[in-house]
Amino acid sequence: MLTIGIDIGSVTAKGVLMSDGALLAAKSCFTGYNAEQAARSVYEGLLEGNHLTKTQVKGIVATGYGRNSVPFADKAVTEIMCHAVGANHLKPDVRAVIDIGGQDSKAILLGERGKVLNFIMNDKCAAGTGRFLEVMARALEVDLDAFGSMSEKADYAAPISSLCAVFAESEVVSLIAKGEKRENIIAGIHAAIGSRVAAMAGRLFVGGAASLMMTGGVARNVGVVQALEKALRHSVDVSPHAQIMGAIGAARLAQAA
Amino acid sequence: MSDKNPEKDTKTVKSEKKMRDIMTAYYIDAKTARQNNKKVAWITSGGPVEPLIAMDIIPVYPENHGAMIGASKMGIDLCEKAEAMGYSSDLCSYARADISCATVNGGPIGGLPAPDMLVCCNNICGTVMKWYEVQARYFQVPLFIYDTPFLHTEYSPEIKRYAKRQMEEYISFLEGVTGRKMGRDRMMEVGRISYAGSQLWQEVLDTAVSKPSPMTAFDAFFHLALIVTLRGTQQSVDYYRGLLAEMQERAKAGIGAIPGEKYRLLWDNLPIWYRMKWLAEKFAEHDACLVADTYTSAWCGSMQYIDVHDFIGSAAEAYTRSYLNLGVEKMARIVLGMIDKYDIDGIVMHSNRSCKPYSFGQFDIQKIVERERGIPSLLIEADMVDERSFSESQVETRIDAFIEMIRENKVAGR
Ligand code: SF4
Repeated sequence: MLTIGIDIGSVTAKGVLMSDGALLAAKSCFTGYNAEQAARSVYEGLLEGNHLTKTQVKGIVATGYGRNSVPFADKAVTEIMCHAVGANHLKPDVRAVIDIGGQDSKAILLGERGKVLNFIMNDKCAAGTGRFLEVMARALEVDLDAFGSMSEKADYAAPISSLCAVFAESEVVSLIAKGEKRENIIAGIHAAIGSRVAAMAGRLFVGGAASLMMTGGVARNVGVVQALEKALRHSVDVSPHAQIMGAIGAARLAQAA
Repeated sequence: MSDKNPEKDTKTVKSEKKMRDIMTAYYIDAKTARQNNKKVAWITSGGPVEPLIAMDIIPVYPENHGAMIGASKMGIDLCEKAEAMGYSSDLCSYARADISCATVNGGPIGGLPAPDMLVCCNNICGTVMKWYEVQARYFQVPLFIYDTPFLHTEYSPEIKRYAKRQMEEYISFLEGVTGRKMGRDRMMEVGRISYAGSQLWQEVLDTAVSKPSPMTAFDAFFHLALIVTLRGTQQSVDYYRGLLAEMQERAKAGIGAIPGEKYRLLWDNLPIWYRMKWLAEKFAEHDACLVADTYTSAWCGSMQYIDVHDFIGSAAEAYTRSYLNLGVEKMARIVLGMIDKYDIDGIVMHSNRSCKPYSFGQFDIQKIVERERGIPSLLIEADMVDERSFSESQVETRIDAFIEMIRENKVAGR
């Protein structure tokens, strides 16, 4: 059975095509200001790229902040449940998921079969989100994609104590003025995010989870993953499909929709 | 309220209209007090109002006014005005709205009638003390601070003596300002009526134990106005008697506020006044009924400490034992009691940027509830009046995910 999962995030729209749980194709684009348009372009891209007609796809589930702007989906499900189902699909023993997205971060506790036992979200503040990293990349004039590898070359993590993105940015600016190495500053930024997210996730006792996975676009940044591992004192799994985890979960749920 | 629920509109409309009429008459009375040679006292929502009623002083509640400002979506404007006056945006939005409103006579009813005196009881928070001091300076009127020590653990004999003595001081303050003696018999009578009103209010809230519940917390937020503003008057007793009959009838007939009620939730903290309709519809869409809340029950929660034969003596204790004046352990006990009583599936906690005493212990209460009852809770970050602290799509995602989770749990558990 062919299904599609579409995850409309605040920054990127992601779509995957699956056949009975096997990932066939993925597509993404910037969400932009029109969530419905982004959903359509991902959807049509998946159909065309795989020479499919609409009727061949038997179920579509939408998720993410734009989940209610996808009129052609059979169902809208929150990204909390989709990330849980997606993570469980790729690694059935996962018991906790930490998802750092563009404008929020969340921790989810899982039971068997990807069942959500509890979750917690930070969305009132940019610290601990992808947006925080974007702001810092701009201040440092470094391409965000280089953050991970650069932080691995750091001698130490320059201390950044502010939790507020605006304050942290001015801390970064003064570190630059003091001549601190970029690599060290980046490592400091990662450490700040790691401890921020770990503090939030700690409320759910994710540290007690047998197996923990990080999902969301920020998971591609190995610096953040390592900082998170350090702050949580727990190893963190990252799937190569971290960024499309929500869409994978949605496509899985579409089988039952 | 909700147009998706026509049944409800026809069933409670009787009481709802009566309520609006009573509140309009009340505010007209208060605004024309001076012409009628009556005095007006501003008083905090949890303050001992009965002596005012017994002395024919019209009580006016800036917090109720704040709720009206919030519900009419005038909060941002007034909060910004207060911030321009130099008040921090971290200050309670009721205080901000009231302080700035007094200077411009704005808001939905053109401002409150100027007070002749202020009565501030700190059994809800410490903010009210500074707030009332500001207003006492602004209006140049006497202020009485009724100080209720915080009950970290117990109601000690020292606290008892201290709280009781203040009741006497409070009465002499009122006698001093009005130049009249308080009639003790009249006081007894008002005490009796106040007790009866609180009792009826509790009974109204209790009808929500029925399945389906005949009312939601959103209804309670609306019907609450009288037990706050007209506590101790016959009018409020009559009103709640009528409302109780209406609710009992609905319960008996099996009419639910949410048709097809599937999930029973508990609300914690003040309402988000400017989003009541949206939230009511959001939960209704999920067949979830907020059957109870910790907020509206605050006006009857410590009723058991009242002795109608010695109202003055016992009211000091009841007012000191108000919900927000208790340590977290005690608050959690009350929440657990409500979970059992109303058969709750989950808790929705409004983490209210304005109200620190209410929001501060929520993480701990969450943990206690989870440990002792295994019931999940959701935290919504917002503010009761200041809409700038509310994000619709974020709140929506949390609520949707929370209900998805409860649904799964219910399916798995039954
Ligand atoms: S801080 Fe809370 S208790 Fe105090 S006045 Fe504001 S809303 Fe009421």
